[in-house]
Amino acid sequence: MAALFYGQELSSALMLGTAQYPSPEILRDAVLAAQPGVLTVSLRRESAGERAGQAFWSLVQELGVPVLPNTAGCHTVREAVTTAHMAREVFGTDWIKLEVIGELDTLQPDVFGLVEAARILTEEGFKVFPYTTEDLVVAERLLAAGCEVLMPWGAPIGSGKGLNNLFGLRAMRAHFPSVPLVVDAGIGVPSHAAQALELGYDAVLINTAVAKAGDPVAMARAFGLAVQAGTLARQADPMEARDMAAPSTPVAGKAFLG
Amino acid sequence: MKITVNDETQEVSATTLAGLIDELGYGGARIATALDGHFVPKTERLRATLAAGARVEIVAPMQGG
Repeated sequence: MAALFYGQELSSALMLGTAQYPSPEILRDAVLAAQPGVLTVSLRRESAGERAGQAFWSLVQELGVPVLPNTAGCHTVREAVTTAHMAREVFGTDWIKLEVIGELDTLQPDVFGLVEAARILTEEGFKVFPYTTEDLVVAERLLAAGCEVLMPWGAPIGSGKGLNNLFGLRAMRAHFPSVPLVVDAGIGVPSHAAQALELGYDAVLINTAVAKAGDPVAMARAFGLAVQAGTLARQADPMEARDMAAPSTPVAGKAFLG
Repeated sequence: MKITVNDETQEVSATTLAGLIDELGYGGARIATALDGHFVPKTERLRATLAAGARVEIVAPMQGG
């Protein structure tokens, strides 16, 4: 059964970012090709003259995909909480992808600030999607703070390195069997996305891998298919890997030709 | 009165956040506002008084990952 994210089922296990596409038209075509269940969006300063944000908002509305606003670029609890407040008003949703960045080279989350911001926002009625690491203790704290979804990184944001810590991600899945889990960040190619879903993750969040591909629309379609394949594979209960060979062709009845 | 809007110093005549939004030409736009680092909901912009040196942030939807 598909996971519920704060009571809501997604039409696809693909969450797609909207940043860094070569043009708004390519973003639109990529979304149509990938058919994501969620689009992530953000907030930035708006100039009254350009009104760039208004054009973007029209495009998102036209696409009709549920949005998940983020607090990208926030480095403190206060910044992240204020950004969440602004996002709730602008986007009309209490969903928030909570990012509190702690380190500039890796953009890894400040998990201490993350837990505190998650607690504050949950108390205020937000439905928090925390961008975290695969650390199980932090995960427990986030759940205790009221989060009902966890979004561990696969690898640093924008790195395209895939699932860097398979052991950690597997452990997280095993440790929290009923919590919706999303691999956020670091996915570079569709096979990484399929792998995350085969591990039992409920969704993947991808942006750079699509937006920065040579052909973002074709890559969007590839990710859409990979996510379908991974979801199906998980439902089909993958075989266990083993160390030694096991013949797939029956040995019984083989002619003696020696 | 001089205030800062999105990190740019501006001379404005509005005395409330609601007045400022109109004066700067944001009327009808989908935006959110903060005054001196605190979020000000749309419904409270009329009551949010601007003082000289106030720091106003005006944000709108934007692409994000």
